[in-house]
Amino acid sequence: MFTVEVKVGLKKGVSDPEGANTLKSLELLGYDEVKSVKSLKVYRMEIDAPSREEASERVEEMCRRILTNPVIHTHEIVFL
Amino acid sequence: MKADEVKVCVLRMEGTNCEQETFDAFRRLGADPEFVHLKQLEGRDTLAGENRSLDDYQILMFPGGFSAGDYVRAGAIFAARMKASSGRDLARFIDEGKAVGGFCNGFQIMVELGILPAFDSAMSEHPEAVLHANDSGRFECRPTLLKHVNRGKCAWTGKLEENEIRLIPSAHAEGKFMLPAERERGLYERLFDEDRIVFRYSDPSGDVEAPYPYNPNGSKFNIAGITNDGGNVFGLMPHPERVFFRNTHPDWYRRRVGPEEGDGRKIFESVLEYVMKRF
Repeated sequence: MFTVEVKVGLKKGVSDPEGANTLKSLELLGYDEVKSVKSLKVYRMEIDAPSREEASERVEEMCRRILTNPVIHTHEIVFL
Repeated sequence: MKADEVKVCVLRMEGTNCEQETFDAFRRLGADPEFVHLKQLEGRDTLAGENRSLDDYQILMFPGGFSAGDYVRAGAIFAARMKASSGRDLARFIDEGKAVGGFCNGFQIMVELGILPAFDSAMSEHPEAVLHANDSGRFECRPTLLKHVNRGKCAWTGKLEENEIRLIPSAHAEGKFMLPAERERGLYERLFDEDRIVFRYSDPSGDVEAPYPYNPNGSKFNIAGITNDGGNVFGLMPHPERVFFRNTHPDWYRRRVGPEEGDGRKIFESVLEYVMKRF
């Protein structure tokens, strides 16, 4: 069994209203040291696969089929 | 084909919520709409006699709403399930010239399916565009003005004049139409050159470069709706099914004048006329 995190982010240059609004809110609360905020979505999965390579291949396929839109998203797969 | 012979598949799943208005629009024009749950196409958890095939319909509608709770991404879950179970049937449906439409969440589903913009085939393997979060960061729910810019390709707007402006309400949080940044210049040129842009957000004077709030989401070139190469597949962010009648326009009570027909009705009339002539 493998525990995997899939981190889905936005490509450089793609607008991130959630990140921008969070930054503004933090500034309003006095956190002037925060210089940028980017929003990410993280899926943590437990995967029953015979090997790490096969688990990785399956997760890549999931990213292509549903978890990401290649027009705006990047993704990173992290084994915990 | 007569109007009452035109079968319309109004496809729904958990979280769609505009199917009734969509159904009613076609019913009021004399067509034969039917609510079909995605499970009935998948053949999953259904009773005998409940399964349906796209082959039995001439029009397929993806209604608005929040399918699957907008989880993962607006429209992504509906699209992934549909593609897995009925992707080939859907591509054939489109290649046969049958009509496919989607408004709001329906448009998001169609983009995630790859049937819009569909630059090189009826259905691309992966999405070629996205309807991304509004620049405002908010759910924009209010009347919007749309300029019909299509020069004749789109089967869904055949009864509209070029450059006429219609009031169609918007209600979405993710409506910013975007193409892949690395290829966007050429792809936007294709959309314009191939007459694939159908509606652009406008101000009352017809300026289709008018910024927010006329453009509710930040779409480049104020794009609100597009069609495929065949003109039979049409997606639009605003909701024409909500203004089928004049008395559901936001200014109806103040004005109390004008024809009974709402600004969205011609879209349904157009596609029905297209199907009746073609099949």
